[in-house]
Amino acid sequence: MSNTAKTLAVAGAVAAALAATTNTASAQAKEKCYGVALAGQNDCAAGPGTTCAGTSTVDYQGNAWTLVDAGTCEDMDLPAMADGTPREGSLEALTRDLPA
Amino acid sequence: MTTVSQSLFRQALLAPDRAAPDGLRDSDGHPAGARFDVYRNNVVVSLVEALHAGFPVLAKLLGKENMDGMARMFVRVHPPSSSLMMFYGEALPDFIASLPQLSHLGYLPDIARLELALRHAYHAADASPVASESLASLSPEDLLATRLTFAPSVRLVRSPWPIYDIWRYNTRAGAPKPTPTAQDVLVTRAEFDPLPALLPPGGHAWVQALLQDHSIGKALDFAQQDAADFDMTGPLTLLLTGNAITSLKDKD
Repeated sequence: MSNTAKTLAVAGAVAAALAATTNTASAQAKEKCYGVALAGQNDCAAGPGTTCAGTSTVDYQGNAWTLVDAGTCEDMDLPAMADGTPREGSLEALTRDLPA
Repeated sequence: MTTVSQSLFRQALLAPDRAAPDGLRDSDGHPAGARFDVYRNNVVVSLVEALHAGFPVLAKLLGKENMDGMARMFVRVHPPSSSLMMFYGEALPDFIASLPQLSHLGYLPDIARLELALRHAYHAADASPVASESLASLSPEDLLATRLTFAPSVRLVRSPWPIYDIWRYNTRAGAPKPTPTAQDVLVTRAEFDPLPALLPPGGHAWVQALLQDHSIGKALDFAQQDAADFDMTGPLTLLLTGNAITSLKDKD
């Protein structure tokens, strides 16, 4: 392939690939949300030493996360804690609702 | 009091027909024969289970009984060399290829390689993808000279068998039946789950050259030696949607 043809092919390919990527990116975005999963329904990371899905032992366990649509984590409706403090999801691990 | 060397213990552990090592006692001071048998059985059963979990498609293709039998043979020849069970089974593809009993299923070793690649991608370190605008802003000439760095989760598997179709047929409901053809697979992990994707002819050579730090232009030459009509749009889209590219490098 001549150099000009090659240059054109690469530019075209990059443009087409970028167009294809933009269309799919927003549909797939997910993020880790801590403190929102019911007991046993976390995706991973519950407690030191474990990296296993489904190992959280209390509801809304603060150090267990689940995958949610990007941007929805901190707005999720969760029941307030026993002492009335509101519960919110977080993108970072939390220290509330840890198993005893 | 007699003691048992670690190598004697290990030998007996993996050989069910051997007696329990001499000098192994239970808490009452009696020879620990039956207890050792229980332990020996648990070791092999748990490793066989680990192989079932690590190679689900292979296990499905072989069926439980055959997978159990093959795994038991493997565990005794290749016990774990590391305590990280997540990487156990590295030697399995070559082991399968060496078994005359399975030689009529030539695709099995490559299916095992694909499942290993998926597992390694799953456990690879996280990486942040490059902003796609940075590719868009380059002139065509600069693009040709650009080299790429990749996320640690990127894997390539080359096969003379339809490994992608076989994998898909056994993991996705309603997937079409595999037809005999050679298939190369790219594994990327856009977020948390690795995903295999089918590469077009020339795609393997292109990605391989980029992984070896060749420029996009040079990689294109390699790809076109494999497939004269190679178009990088498809493979590049796979790399971008798979968050596989982490940075762009100039000539030097």
